[in-house]
Amino acid sequence: MLRGFLKINMKKLLKNNLVIMIIFSVVVLTMPIWMQPFGAAYPDILQKFVIFGVFAIGYNILFGLTGYLSFGHAAFLGVGSYTAVWSFKLLTMNIIPAIILSVIMSGIFAVLMGYVALRRSGIYFSILTLAFAQMCYNLAYSVLTPITNGETGLQLAKSDPRVIDRLFSEAGEGLPSTTLFGIETSGYSGFYISAVVMIIVFYISLKIFNSSFGLKLKAIKSNQNRMRYLGFNTRPYLLTAFVISGMYAGLAGGLLAATDPLAGAERMQWTASGEVILMTILGGVGTLFGPLLGVIIIKYFENIFSAINQLDLHSFYSIFPTWLENAMVSISSLFVGEGWHMTLGLLFMLVVAFLPGGVLEGMQLTYKKLTTYVSKKRNKTGGESKKETGVNHGK
Amino acid sequence: MSDKKNEQTNILRRKILTAGGAFAMAGAMPMFYTKSVWANEFPNDPGKAANVTLGFNIPQSGAYADEGADELRAYKLAVMHLNGEGDGGLMNTMQPSMLKGNGILGKKVTFVTGDTQTKSDAARASAKRMIEKDKVIMFCGGSSSGVAIAQQSFAQEAGIIFMAGLTHSNDTTGKDKRRYGFRHFFNAYMSGAALGPVLKEEYGTDRNAYHLTADYTWGWTQEESIKNTTEALGWNTTKTVRTPVGAGDFSQYITPILNSGADVLILNHYGKDMINSLTQAVQFGLRDRQVNGKDFQIIVPLFSRLMAQGAGDNIKGILGTTNWNWTLQDAGSQAFVKSFGQVYGFPPSQAAHTCYVQTLLYADACERAGTFYPPEVIKALEGHKFDGMGNGATEYRAEDHQCFKDVLVVKGNENPSTQFDLLEVVQQVPRSQVEYDASIFGGELGPYKG
Repeated sequence: MLRGFLKINMKKLLKNNLVIMIIFSVVVLTMPIWMQPFGAAYPDILQKFVIFGVFAIGYNILFGLTGYLSFGHAAFLGVGSYTAVWSFKLLTMNIIPAIILSVIMSGIFAVLMGYVALRRSGIYFSILTLAFAQMCYNLAYSVLTPITNGETGLQLAKSDPRVIDRLFSEAGEGLPSTTLFGIETSGYSGFYISAVVMIIVFYISLKIFNSSFGLKLKAIKSNQNRMRYLGFNTRPYLLTAFVISGMYAGLAGGLLAATDPLAGAERMQWTASGEVILMTILGGVGTLFGPLLGVIIIKYFENIFSAINQLDLHSFYSIFPTWLENAMVSISSLFVGEGWHMTLGLLFMLVVAFLPGGVLEGMQLTYKKLTTYVSKKRNKTGGESKKETGVNHGK
Repeated sequence: MSDKKNEQTNILRRKILTAGGAFAMAGAMPMFYTKSVWANEFPNDPGKAANVTLGFNIPQSGAYADEGADELRAYKLAVMHLNGEGDGGLMNTMQPSMLKGNGILGKKVTFVTGDTQTKSDAARASAKRMIEKDKVIMFCGGSSSGVAIAQQSFAQEAGIIFMAGLTHSNDTTGKDKRRYGFRHFFNAYMSGAALGPVLKEEYGTDRNAYHLTADYTWGWTQEESIKNTTEALGWNTTKTVRTPVGAGDFSQYITPILNSGADVLILNHYGKDMINSLTQAVQFGLRDRQVNGKDFQIIVPLFSRLMAQGAGDNIKGILGTTNWNWTLQDAGSQAFVKSFGQVYGFPPSQAAHTCYVQTLLYADACERAGTFYPPEVIKALEGHKFDGMGNGATEYRAEDHQCFKDVLVVKGNENPSTQFDLLEVVQQVPRSQVEYDASIFGGELGPYKG
């Protein structure tokens, strides 16, 4: 009796938002510790994990809940970055105004883009967003070079006005760095600031997933026509979801600029939009944690796998005899270093083919298999009568 | 049954304990990770370690990947030579030199590599990984000026020296120069200054030039420099058109040239872009045309052997400039070609040469400074005069960290004797002709302490 009670309690506990948030925060904030064995415990990659985490969480609100596949979210990321860098140049090196402005700016862009693109659904919607994003990219790349500095990317200069900062102090020697009221926002402090932001926006997304608004979005995904027959005007809901996810992307762009004050046009390219789609699908579309897993996998590949060279491989295989070592190195070198794209592609194909729910589904499946295996084994040793119930339970 | 109950509570208790532990760790974290403070110490100080790590950040994908691959070969060769392996290469001809073939300051040199993807973002991410994770003491690389400038400004923030590889924009040592960035390669201004007299001699003073320009810092400054040179000769600039990097297909930019009245096409392109645009321009029959009673000419201000290889027969007779060419006969160039050829079986490109030289120059500066402490190493490099590295007498100018040396005007070889003998040196333009005042491009180096 008691055992059953505890089990239910545990399950209930895990459904409780507060418990989820506490566990989630602890996992995120301890990343510098548990990423150590993977060789990924350095500030830059940790920042990328959480910042692209924000991006993917936002993307998941649109794609995961409504099923609308946007191919243009990188545009908002870029808009956010450019806005933030301009705020650093014109106003102040404090990241608060920069981030607020980048969220607002990308929100405005999202309203414009969503208003047009959401007139269509399915593949037409995707193409419209793609076209819009490519347009933004080309504008940033060549037409609007006075604002974006083209391919070179927008950078800080010593001669920038920084009106608000100048009210309080004189310009120092060398370029100033981004701060949060005196705390430098690069390195580990940049990671913790971004991580706290991500935890907050994760909570918002959790609330959206569990709200009636989220339910309506899910209903749109399952059958939009039926919703319309019931008298629902779906457009405002879609637009809201689109703008929210656009603002998430803008926030991510602002954070990118806050941790490293540089904005380049390639952040808006379609490959960047494709990346967030890959992240979401790889991790698990429509799940809360899936996109974050996808972010970690892809950023890990991009930064760590791409840096493995033949020298590292030789030392890795050095226990084997020389001929085998050389053979192994030449085979594996195809998949690391500049071949990291191929490894990622293979992984993506495997996931899409065998685990449509993403890596998260894979983890759930293994967990289930593992627990049934353990309970079976336990029942086997427990005697005849229990074995029977165990089998029934398994069915 | 009671056994089971105990087990369950045990598990729960264990979970609480783990969670509590994790919390405690999270709380204590800021104490573990406080940023290293500038005092007498500096970031990534190798201290008493037996090894010192260099970071090679090169394009392994994108329009400049060929150059990147050759740069990496050169870096590996430089590391071999610094550690006393191989035949020593340019270490034997470099003057003055304090390199002994026992690493740098007695520490064995190891290296890590990264892919810049020819993108500023990716390059900075990769550079950060090298500095934060692999603890490199210096990083170098290049092939795109935009990327080099982005890395250079990051170098200043991080307090780690960046030895730029192939970057030709005036901005690298002009308006975007940094105390922590150094460039051995020549720049667009020098290309223009060297090319001017040769153009006058070959094509006269009455020409109409049409520019196709790679749309980023390098293209912009090269267009500007070449335009200034040719207009000083009396040429007219018909039009300048910007093309995106990595466009692949340039036909839409080439057709308008046919009716523009221009009789010279200047391609401010590099790498695969230049190979594609030149090939397509030739396919469109531009070189066979007669305009204004003159033969139509194509000029590629920045040339490289790797590009010549890619463009095949199309480059025959086309004028341009390079920083270095493997056919040079001085002792330094010969030594470098020999040791590169022994290891890889073919001659090095100018990108490989500049990257190799930069690595050796950094190592030598550390030896002369007697420390890895960046401000001292920077001071050792600033104003340093050296010879025997393939370009004759060279100076690292202190005001803008630009190397000054002779520039080569080259021409696509009409009758190549081997598949590598593609460029013929027309003129070795002396250093005095390409020198300029450091103040004309503006910019500020910034402080010695990052």
